[in-house]
Amino acid sequence: MNDLVLHLDNIQKNFGGLKALSDVNLQVEEGTTHAIIGPNGAGKSTLLNVCIGRLKPDAGHVTFDGQELTGRKPHEIAQMGVARVFQTPEIFPEMSLLENVMLPAFSKRDGAFNMNAHKLLSRQSEIRAEAEHILEDVGLQEQITQEAGSLSRGDKRRLELGMCLILRPRLLLLDEPTAGMSRHDTNRTIDLLKKIKSRGMTKVIIEHDMHVVFSLADKVSVLARGQIIAGGTPEEVREDPKVKEAYLGGAH
Amino acid sequence: MSNMNVGKMNDLTRFLIFAVAILTMPIWMDPFGGNYPDLLQKFAIYGIFAIGFNILFGLTGYLSFGHAAFLGVGSYAAIWSFKLFTMNVIPALFFSVLFAGVLAFIIGQLSLRRTGIYFSILTLAFAQMFYSLAYSVLTPITNGETGLQLAHSDPRMIDSLFFEAGAGLPSTTLFGLKMSGYSGFYFCAVLLIVGFFVSMRIFRSPFGLMLKGIKSNQNRMMYTGLNTKPYMLTAFVISGMYAGLAGSLLAITDPIAGAERMQWTASGEVVLMTILGGVGTLAGPVIGAGLIKYFENIFSAFNDTVLAEIFSFLPEAMVDYAVTIAGLFVGSGWHLTLGLLFVVVVIFLPGGIVEGAGKLVKLVSKREKSTGGSVTQQDQPGE
Ligand SMILES: Nc1ncnc2c1ncn2[C@@H]1O[C@H](COP(=O)(O)OP(=O)(O)OP(=O)(O)O)[C@@H](O)[C@H]1O
Ligand SMILES: [Mg+2]
Repeated sequence: MNDLVLHLDNIQKNFGGLKALSDVNLQVEEGTTHAIIGPNGAGKSTLLNVCIGRLKPDAGHVTFDGQELTGRKPHEIAQMGVARVFQTPEIFPEMSLLENVMLPAFSKRDGAFNMNAHKLLSRQSEIRAEAEHILEDVGLQEQITQEAGSLSRGDKRRLELGMCLILRPRLLLLDEPTAGMSRHDTNRTIDLLKKIKSRGMTKVIIEHDMHVVFSLADKVSVLARGQIIAGGTPEEVREDPKVKEAYLGGAH
Repeated sequence: MSNMNVGKMNDLTRFLIFAVAILTMPIWMDPFGGNYPDLLQKFAIYGIFAIGFNILFGLTGYLSFGHAAFLGVGSYAAIWSFKLFTMNVIPALFFSVLFAGVLAFIIGQLSLRRTGIYFSILTLAFAQMFYSLAYSVLTPITNGETGLQLAHSDPRMIDSLFFEAGAGLPSTTLFGLKMSGYSGFYFCAVLLIVGFFVSMRIFRSPFGLMLKGIKSNQNRMMYTGLNTKPYMLTAFVISGMYAGLAGSLLAITDPIAGAERMQWTASGEVVLMTILGGVGTLAGPVIGAGLIKYFENIFSAFNDTVLAEIFSFLPEAMVDYAVTIAGLFVGSGWHLTLGLLFVVVVIFLPGGIVEGAGKLVKLVSKREKSTGGSVTQQDQPGE
């Protein structure tokens, strides 16, 4: 068995009376792509929020690379090598695409805080070249001076993906990365994510689109009403009667 | 790569234009009736204040309503430097910036625990606290309502080593050059130009990019691994130091410091200057500061006799009414005019004067384009 990159141990999260996550256990192995599927409101995004320090679990532990994540600040977790693409894109709408991608590159190079006020952005040709390269990877190379806020929803997602990729994270968490994309763009994103996989990046991906899940995932976990009800290879999960039931139940 | 060079060229030209415009102010302000040292000094000093304020407000979006506290501390520190050590302005500048920076560090630490309106209220509360303290517990330092002034009996430890005290009060000097009148203005102007240059470099640096990121999306900043707090605090301290420098220059050109310099209206004034000129633009705050100080000077000089003269073309019976109404807007009522001007700018030109001018230029160049002229549109980040 490979090393565990991410390990969720009996995670519990309540919102008032709502049990958003109850006793969730999840193990993600190095270099794999782990899909999490489940009906709306199942707690998928909440699960990622717990991983990146946006929410503190009421009980349980999150470990990354053997290190405890629970209780750490979001920027510390990010510096350790965990990046996330959000369900609603979190970008810098007033900045150009190039600046959107250069900014995380500084975070990667200079750390959580660096007083680099004496340097000129225009002299940072290495960072710029790297950013241009990433923008090409995500297919946005033609509009690098455009303002990010004016992009379509699908393009914003690709930009955000680029902003995460330039961080070269050990673990990439993706919350519905292809939502709002055309079939063509979805396929491009799948190809891109496959390419990253070959570079050994571990990924957790939340996805409704089964085409994407079956193209990318090594393992699938099914979350329903805050609990993991099934897990295994995509084929195993597809045949699981509990899963079919959960999806039908969730639809009502 | 090529557009980067253009960007750099633009900045150099921009800087040169700024420097020349400031240094030639005595010439081009002459026809506007603004060419006298007192007013010119105020332009430069409040320009520095506003540039620094804009580093915080323009880049990070955090609106401080308490920057006058740093202005006041800068003034007091400078006067104390004159009283205790020397009339030379260099140590005064040093102490002003230092004390303002330290105070900004403390107030920043506490205020930056909150964002948005709560941050603004905290900064306002701290500044008002200092304002009241200046009148009460701190009177040994501030001399309360009278204001802190030079006295013949001041020790001036360094100066007294070198020369006998003269009969009158000594004046502030830069190694013998008197810091009043035009030489005072040029001293302030040079510091304004330096301040502009530093601000421009900050805008164009990775650090500036981080500050813009904080304004744009703090969530993304955090989950990108950036610790926003020290960035904010640094920006806050830098802008506090600019305010301290401005306060110092106020004391250098006129060696008296009163607590009213720290009142909330003074904090509000720099907010108005920045918004009027253009938040987040490089030159906007200076333009805003200049306009407000200019109009303050013109409008507050009007009195009823002057108004009556202006309205003398009206029928006798109406002159009185006209004078009464117009009188509300001038003299001590000039703040009413300022308020109206502010409302007009915020409603019709939300980006301030600089953005308004930019829009105009774009409009004109578009016209020319559509009529076949070959106008290259310049990409001007930060303007
Ligand atoms: N911060 C919060 N405060 C209160 N309730 C919340 C909060 N975040 C999520 N919830 C609730 O927790 C449940 C799980 O939400 P979550 O966003 O994790 O679902 P999801 O599986 O990501 O759904 P979707 O597929 O719609 O994105 C929902 O009922 C949601 O309303
Ligand atoms: Mg979700």
